[in-house]
Amino acid sequence: MQSFLGYKCNVMDLIKYVQSQMSQKQEQPSFKPGDNVAVNYKIVEGSKERIQVFKGDVIQIKGQGLTKSFTVRKMSNGVGVERIFPINSPNIVDIKILKRGKVRRAKLYYLRELVGKKAKIKERTFKK
Amino acid sequence: MNGLIGKKVGMTSVYNDAGQYIACTVVEALPNVVTQVKNEDTDGYYALQLGYDETKEKNVSNQMIGHFKKAKSAPLRKLSEFRDFEIEKGLGDSVAIEEVFQEGDVVNAVGTTKGKGFQGVVKRHNFRGVNDATHGQHNRLRAPGSIGAASYPAKVIKGMRMAGRTGGNRVKMRNLRVVKILAEKNLMLIKGAIPGHKGSYVIIEK
Repeated sequence: MQSFLGYKCNVMDLIKYVQSQMSQKQEQPSFKPGDNVAVNYKIVEGSKERIQVFKGDVIQIKGQGLTKSFTVRKMSNGVGVERIFPINSPNIVDIKILKRGKVRRAKLYYLRELVGKKAKIKERTFKK
Repeated sequence: MNGLIGKKVGMTSVYNDAGQYIACTVVEALPNVVTQVKNEDTDGYYALQLGYDETKEKNVSNQMIGHFKKAKSAPLRKLSEFRDFEIEKGLGDSVAIEEVFQEGDVVNAVGTTKGKGFQGVVKRHNFRGVNDATHGQHNRLRAPGSIGAASYPAKVIKGMRMAGRTGGNRVKMRNLRVVKILAEKNLMLIKGAIPGHKGSYVIIEK
């Protein structure tokens, strides 16, 4: 049998095949950077399980397929807190979209430099 | 020792049953062919020689063509010997991935690391270099420092770690766990990284 790899390289096809085999399909709502979301995340402490909510703005979406992840930023007592969630993680119970933001960038790193009113993202309004 | 020859496909991450996110290397191991059986009488020890990756006859030397004809196999690119193979196999048989490995097995992976070219001592031997950019130091941030004493011994002792060609070595990663076997496409997922670039040969041994 001839290997699929080599000069006729289709590495990504094989990786995609692996990902399709390994993914436990979990439908998540589609959101974009700038949206305000609440992520319900399962936390296991010893034998106990509880659900924690992390509410904030999505500042980046990264990767694709099984390894896709997104970063949520929130202000907690005046301190910026960021958390990266793998989007396909079985520990994510659900993601709720609270607000749609109007932004002009895919990665909102500039928010890290801003505080107060300047760090606020304008809400996206939909025309009927 | 059981094992197989495969090719590194690349890396990805998967979730296990506990919800943990595990970085894995994907290895493609098509059925290997037994190209030689060594036994006590003829060679003094028992071993199987496995071959992998079909190639054209013109790319193989005449001597090797004869060797492959004995096993009634197509010319193969990579051969490797596994001593004391625990699965009964004869000449010309093929060894599939699911016969050798199971999910959860602890395996070793042998590969050739990526060549890094001529590198300095900081990258090559993890020297720290000069930690200060000031205090009289000038353009020697990554210098090796002293390589020995002066008029006695009046030479640099052998084995002194210096700059040079780095990478391209045979490296064995031990105690890696098999996360998943996808027998349909002859793929296996191994937790962690495996030396070598994508498409390079890897020997997985159990």
